[in-house]
Amino acid sequence: MAEAAVAGNGAEAKMRVWRGDASGGEFRDYTVPLEEGMVVLDVIHSIQAMHAGDLAVRWNCKAGKCGSCSAEVNGKPRLMCMTRMNTFEPGETITVAPIQTFPLVRDLVTDVSYNYEKAKTIPPFKPKPKEADGTRRMYQEDIDRVQEFHKCIECYLCQDVCHVIRDHNENKPSFAGPRFFVRVASLEMHPLDTDDRLEFLRNEAGLGFCNITKCCTEVCPEHIKITDNSIIPMKERVVTRFYDPIARLLGALGGKKS
Amino acid sequence: MSTVAIDKRTLRQDTWWLEPMLVVLGLGCFAIYSTWAALQNGNYYAAPYLSPFYSPCLAINCEHVSVPLFGSWYNWSPAILILWIPGGFRLTCYYYRKAYYRSFFWSPPACAVRDAASGYSGETRFPFILQNIHRYFFWASLPILAFLWWDAIIAFNFGGSFGLGLGTLVLITNAALLSLYSFSCHSCRHLCGGGLNSFKAAPGRYKTWGIVTKLNEKHMQIAWTSLVWVGLTDVYVRLLAHGVIQDLRFI
Amino acid sequence: MAGDSYETHEYDVVVVGAGGAGLRAGIEAHDKGCKTAIICKSLLGKAHTVMAEGGIAAAMGNVWPEDNWKVHFRDTMRGGKLLNNWRMAQIHAQQAPDRVLELEEWGALFDRTDEGLILQRDFGGHRYARLAHVGDRTGLEMIRTLQQRAVSLGIDVFMECNVQHLLMNDGRVSGAIGYWRESGELIVFNCKAVVLATGGSGKCWQVTSNSWEYSGDGMGMAMEVGADLIDMEKVQFHPTGMVWPPSVRGILVTEGVRGDGGTLLNSEGERFMFNYIPEFFKAETADNETEADAWYQDKKNNRRTPDLLPRDEVARAINSEVKAGRGTEHGGVYLDIANRRDADYIMRRLPSMYHQFKELADVDITKEAMEVGPTCHYIMGGVRVDADTSATAVPGLYAAGEVAGGLHGANRLGGNSLSDLLVFGRIAGESAADYALGAAAATAPAPAEVDRLTTLMLEPFTDRGGENPYAIHGDLQRTMHNLVGIIRTESEMLKAMEEIAVYKERAARVKVEGGRRFNPGWHLALDLKNLLAVAEAATLSALECKESRGGHTRDDYPDPDPRFGSVNVVTRKHNGTVSVSLEPLPEMPEELRKIVEEQV
Repeated sequence: MAEAAVAGNGAEAKMRVWRGDASGGEFRDYTVPLEEGMVVLDVIHSIQAMHAGDLAVRWNCKAGKCGSCSAEVNGKPRLMCMTRMNTFEPGETITVAPIQTFPLVRDLVTDVSYNYEKAKTIPPFKPKPKEADGTRRMYQEDIDRVQEFHKCIECYLCQDVCHVIRDHNENKPSFAGPRFFVRVASLEMHPLDTDDRLEFLRNEAGLGFCNITKCCTEVCPEHIKITDNSIIPMKERVVTRFYDPIARLLGALGGKKS
Repeated sequence: MSTVAIDKRTLRQDTWWLEPMLVVLGLGCFAIYSTWAALQNGNYYAAPYLSPFYSPCLAINCEHVSVPLFGSWYNWSPAILILWIPGGFRLTCYYYRKAYYRSFFWSPPACAVRDAASGYSGETRFPFILQNIHRYFFWASLPILAFLWWDAIIAFNFGGSFGLGLGTLVLITNAALLSLYSFSCHSCRHLCGGGLNSFKAAPGRYKTWGIVTKLNEKHMQIAWTSLVWVGLTDVYVRLLAHGVIQDLRFI
Repeated sequence: MAGDSYETHEYDVVVVGAGGAGLRAGIEAHDKGCKTAIICKSLLGKAHTVMAEGGIAAAMGNVWPEDNWKVHFRDTMRGGKLLNNWRMAQIHAQQAPDRVLELEEWGALFDRTDEGLILQRDFGGHRYARLAHVGDRTGLEMIRTLQQRAVSLGIDVFMECNVQHLLMNDGRVSGAIGYWRESGELIVFNCKAVVLATGGSGKCWQVTSNSWEYSGDGMGMAMEVGADLIDMEKVQFHPTGMVWPPSVRGILVTEGVRGDGGTLLNSEGERFMFNYIPEFFKAETADNETEADAWYQDKKNNRRTPDLLPRDEVARAINSEVKAGRGTEHGGVYLDIANRRDADYIMRRLPSMYHQFKELADVDITKEAMEVGPTCHYIMGGVRVDADTSATAVPGLYAAGEVAGGLHGANRLGGNSLSDLLVFGRIAGESAADYALGAAAATAPAPAEVDRLTTLMLEPFTDRGGENPYAIHGDLQRTMHNLVGIIRTESEMLKAMEEIAVYKERAARVKVEGGRRFNPGWHLALDLKNLLAVAEAATLSALECKESRGGHTRDDYPDPDPRFGSVNVVTRKHNGTVSVSLEPLPEMPEELRKIVEEQV
């Protein structure tokens, strides 16, 4: 942290960081020394140590595994710990703003409780009985799809970038957001699960609000193909259940529970 | 508590507007050309090539009848009889939805750029709730594909003798690209196996699903390539029919 | 300050920490019928468990039917240089498989064998492939599964709430006091039992794989109310942390890289680990490359590669290579998997390692070798607990996970941490619940006590001299890195004690800027208390322990000394003074001793 002032080759990072809370605020400029390999989060820490000890920022692992340090860097939703400073032009002023979809607590920290409330509404895993020999048999090809969803680090960048709630606050009560479509998909495609969440998806979770414009997929730091692999497959299952009389008639083409 | 008080449409500094602009240009040009071509009601057949905009040609007064379903009372352009199928298929396609919601509706124009409209109900209400019938268009496009392949095959038949012209290759490529487009579609992927929760129990469908999944990853690229190609195919046949150019014969 | 308002909550059991151990404890206490709260410093699901990569060690025998709890027990004891609490090691080895299968019942998806069972992978010090895993993100799978289970059970979770002090009444724990990070408002919990599951203290050191949360909170608070700490000098330096670029120095490179075929090379391209096989492991370690390579395929007829010796051995070996001038440009050694495994295999088995190196260091591990070096990773020592109940010496206080000591002895094997969290998290939750259900109602703390603690917490806002908390923390980390690091010596540690005393004095003069609302400067100022307490306990223990064994290496006493072979180094605080003593380990029963000593 503080030793950044000693090392380095004289290069500097010019940052424009949002300071303030729900009552108001402004972008403030800071300049700190730049070391090789630094990421935006390192620079924020330098600002904390050298200029603004109370600069509020959320972070934990600094290795892209915990999903705490979400922010908007030059207007793009990103993990600060995975945004390297050398991806910007030398001398460029880099803007760091808090994520815009959730209420601001202070500086770069927002109140993400929306997500934790949505998580509580999801019908939990409900496994079928064990095999006759007392084991659980699942095969790799059956769980590959779901393991992709389990990579989610809950950084909520997909929730942040989703225009359904980002630009239309009034939709928040009726829309769960991409993170939770991924979660529901992981349960619906789980080879052991027996519950049915399609009605939930269509109604409470508001799957129909998604217009598949794919920003969630674009910002996902885990490169989960949120739209193609979870949202659209869920939309298709909802179609089978609610909008496709022929498929319902045939039955055979539907999901496990129809 | 309120969200951060930044009153800009976006803080992005890159050329986020470029992509929606190109899409408007691309889709706009195609829409204008295809409407014009579909309303021409002529110059869509240059033996042995039938323009895909008019295939299958279902009216008795067609320049080249595929199946005579409609009698001589029908004297509008026969393209109208069938173009609603590929049109509807593309209109409800998951990729094109993304493309036009972004570029035409600005909903949103790009990621982390504010929506143009203040209200939003997505695909929960009419008319957009109709997007859910996408798979019916997929089914309906299958017979069309069959006709396009048939057209490609008879494009080897030059007045009873076997031949190969540039037009033949154009038609084959067209049928191939449109097939790739149809079979890489998200609905097709679902129907092949996306609805299953255990692949182990259905190895055949797992394999098919796997192939379609691979194709599906390229759905956007295939969508654009096939769109451009089908337009060019019509242009080629139309120019032949007008006599502006001559078909290049290899055999 | 004194008289500041606070909110109060009543619970039977309060669990401090929401990593693997805390969540598992909370679930168990809830299932036992207790009104339970889980309190965590970060958002739910961000605890350090999320960073665990390799897997959960459990002798399920899915890959090697020869495996069973006895072999796991033996591996754990030998890896820990027999300084482990034998009973904890036994319970751990016996119960780990059930805990893993339980996760599966709650929705976890581990990688599979061809028969559809949980696949297990090789790891350092484990005789058989034993680690249930999900690629290289097992910790994420584990914490998400537990988190979702806790949420579905409706357990109350207090997120971004920092517990600062335990409250006592009549010689037993009666609650805890802390603050909300978001608002800075104070909060008091009245309860019958507290489970500490706060993790370790790696943030005392400069090069560490640990996150900011690892500030030794549980150890500091437990010591404050009279619990014992043991083996605080036993600190695990994981052999493979990233070394370049500087800003990522210390970030973990999973042992799974070696488990899946990666080898360590010095700058001369030599597989140097063959030169560092200790006598203790000679019989079971390959002494040539042919045998080591063959072992990956055929474990019956070959001995294991020395690349997978226990972590302390590998870390010391790397340290020696670098000191001898055979290190890489940036002071590490090479870890190469690209020369032995194809890109597909690497991407499937180690996807997050691939991304970590690609995005943070511009290194493509499917094509190039990684540069790695030791990083402070884990503390084997911690709060002394009873093996069967996880109870500390303080009535009503329980501890599980990294905060507790004993299970791992002098050195922890990879994969034994996640299983530790599950096994002892459950036991701590169960015992705390049993205790709470039989205890009298929770009592409110005396107002004077709350006033005293409130004053302590709000002091950094008063003008006391203008010390910067970030500067003190940075200095402490440098001291511990340079003077109480991987290789230690008396004169340096004495110097460290002097410096720690100065930091304590400086910490009393910290002044933070800004207000109470989400103020990281203030949070760090308060964390200094525990960081300094742990640093002091670790240094004092390290001075007392005049030998080298496992995660404690003395330059001035380079060999193990039987005098320290059967004792715990105990640190405790009495009337404000920290004392250190040597106390005998519990005696291992004969039949278990036979298992450990058996030659294979």
